Amino acid sequence: MTENVEVPKELDATIQSMDNRFHDIVTLDDRKSYTGYLVPVENLIDFATSIRDDLGYDYLSSVTGVDYFPEEKMEVVYHAYKTSGGGALVFKVQIPREKPEVPSLISVFPGSDFQEREAWDLLGIRFSGHPNLTRILMWEGFEGHPLRKDWKEPFFEEEKKPYKNRWPEGGVYRIEDEVPMGKNVKYPLGFDPQKWTPEEQTTFKEDMDSEAGDNGSNGSAMHTDQIVVNLGPQHPSTHGVFRMVARLDGETVVDLYPEMGYLHRNHEKIGERNTYIMNMPYTDRLDYISSMSNNLGYALAVESLMGIKPPERTEYIRVMMVELTRIVSHLWSIGFLLNDLGAFFTPALYAINERELILDIFEATAGSRMMCNYLRFGGISRDLPDGILETVRELVNERLPRKIDELDTYLTENEILRSRCIGVGVLSKEDAIAYSAAGPVLRASGVSYDVRRADPYSIYERFEFDVVVRYNGDVYDRYLVRMEEIRQSLRILHQVVRDIPEGEIQTGKALYQVRVPAGEAYGRVENPKGELGFYVVSNGKPNPWRYHIRAPSFINLTALGKMCKGEKVADVVAILGSIDIVLGETDR
Amino acid sequence: MTEGLNNPDIPIPDELAGSIAITTLDKIYNWGRRSSIWPMMFGLACCAIEMIATAASRYDLSRFGMEVMRPSPRQADLMIVSGTVTKKMIPVIVRLYNQMPEPKYVLAMGACASGGGPFKEGYNVVAGVDKFIPVDVYTPGCPPTPQALLHGLITLQKKIDKQSILKVNWYRKEAIPAIPIPILGPDLIDPRDYEKIRNLPPVQEESTAEA
Repeated sequence: MTENVEVPKELDATIQSMDNRFHDIVTLDDRKSYTGYLVPVENLIDFATSIRDDLGYDYLSSVTGVDYFPEEKMEVVYHAYKTSGGGALVFKVQIPREKPEVPSLISVFPGSDFQEREAWDLLGIRFSGHPNLTRILMWEGFEGHPLRKDWKEPFFEEEKKPYKNRWPEGGVYRIEDEVPMGKNVKYPLGFDPQKWTPEEQTTFKEDMDSEAGDNGSNGSAMHTDQIVVNLGPQHPSTHGVFRMVARLDGETVVDLYPEMGYLHRNHEKIGERNTYIMNMPYTDRLDYISSMSNNLGYALAVESLMGIKPPERTEYIRVMMVELTRIVSHLWSIGFLLNDLGAFFTPALYAINERELILDIFEATAGSRMMCNYLRFGGISRDLPDGILETVRELVNERLPRKIDELDTYLTENEILRSRCIGVGVLSKEDAIAYSAAGPVLRASGVSYDVRRADPYSIYERFEFDVVVRYNGDVYDRYLVRMEEIRQSLRILHQVVRDIPEGEIQTGKALYQVRVPAGEAYGRVENPKGELGFYVVSNGKPNPWRYHIRAPSFINLTALGKMCKGEKVADVVAILGSIDIVLGETDR
Repeated sequence: MTEGLNNPDIPIPDELAGSIAITTLDKIYNWGRRSSIWPMMFGLACCAIEMIATAASRYDLSRFGMEVMRPSPRQADLMIVSGTVTKKMIPVIVRLYNQMPEPKYVLAMGACASGGGPFKEGYNVVAGVDKFIPVDVYTPGCPPTPQALLHGLITLQKKIDKQSILKVNWYRKEAIPAIPIPILGPDLIDPRDYEKIRNLPPVQEESTAEA
């Protein structure tokens, strides 16, 4: 993954060996420190089909757009991988900025669905052929496409941080005093709120239309009406502010649309104003249950741009923290899956108990329980405090294995758990790959794909652990995968606390303002929720030009509708719980 | 508290001491209310995780009579706004607040709910929930630790202790008006601002850019 910087030679060879028809049209991206291929817009679908069918790049990990404002063009960047492992095949389409239109890849890779909608929402890139190209994070009717470089938010102060008035002079004012009405809002010129009519809710529109038509018949002798049920955004089982609109026939789900954006906190827009190091604490707040691994993904992306590697001890500490995070996240997920199944809070209490002990380690090391902000480029913010390694040893060698077994005894063979979970929310292997599912959702469907193994980063190739796979793709298997992954994390931790060396913790000098050469990088890690990717484009300035997050929670939801179809409405919350979403990451 | 109830300043005959408690109506009323504040089960963002941790066994919210989290606003006394309030979410939050019966309280948990926090400059972020609904207690932190949240809740209890049944607004004859629900237009529209929005200076764009 970090090898993205140099042009992968063997990839070039694969393209060469491809069908001759692409030889003349696909060009190598020869900008400095860029990788991948430029594909003409009209050949995009052909090219994507060909790499999927002929070259085996069957997994489309990330789709995003970049606004190259000074050059008056937009670029759509695709990262495709093989589920058998290996590096990325990056391909890009360049389009004029005034009329950005790209054919949708949804027919080739259905997993591009939400990501294309996001690119439309935030960058205004139109994907022709997309069946439902509507806004996904903002609401329908919102003015403008916020991630465009010429779009300014109402609280806009300056293009880049640190703002001149704050640093180095240290002048302080409140932005509220500077903007009209003192509020974070702006309207088109001459806007009259009382003459304005709201846009139609597209989620419901189709339902309304079909209700007017011949929707009453369900094909059986008894004619029943289908009803639309709304779950959330305030709902105890949506794991935050997430909303689902389900169409029901009796108790059976006919159709289900996820609706998100209620926690869209503009990570990417803020991230592009921040300096590189300023983004580190923001990554904590993506998947706020596993902040340490978010840090790692971002650090890897920027380190690969800078061309540095952290020292040996730091690598071990990073792996230790990330694996502890994985345990925290999976414990949380298992506890709350049981919540969703109706065992309210008791199993979660057992899980949270162990989580607290790990949070104590984080607090002692990084200074904060949840928002650790611990990693730095080429290092970590501080070394482990005295005695904490003993605490970790005691925890991973003695306590946690016992507690995991205990949870296992209580839950895994439990009659109710089994009957609620087995065979529910099935996602087939083919679908899981096609929908770009990641993490436990992918592995429970029989795909042995773990970024730690498939495309090793940090020092994971040194450790002995198994990639956990289950084959039924239902809620129960996702639960089993998480349970077993905790054990595998403990196995890695055994090796880490045994082998951790003494030494430096920082490569070079720790700097507030790092120098990042121009180029692009895609850093990805196996987060507890799935593959977390950071796509960073630098133009050599102190701030990233593009900062995109490939959020596993977000993309895993693409398959939610598919999983829920035909299930009972009561199982929808269990299926959602088994995907294990975190809204901070889903909406960013 | 009970000590105060058993030892008022009014003399009690010896034979009745211990079986009679004399207190003010306010005290007993507030004591009952502050000892069973039911929060709404409503998590917004990161802070919700710490709120759950506070409810879990180590910090144990139930010591203060608050463990009964209600998913329905109709049964809740306290709204803990636990996380970033976005423009897309604020109509829902205001509606939930309007649905809560009086007496009701709001605790803004963390930097985001109090004033926008690290995300304040974001285009989809409301810089503090107090722009729309009245807040009783602000708890700083990002996220506040469970101890900080507990402190915030104890502060709320102290606030309740000071209220008087004669002065509180929920026993007045006139109805308490509901807060108008914001509308999602080209940007968030607060119905209370209609007039101001209509009269916005046409140079809005430039003046913002220079600020």
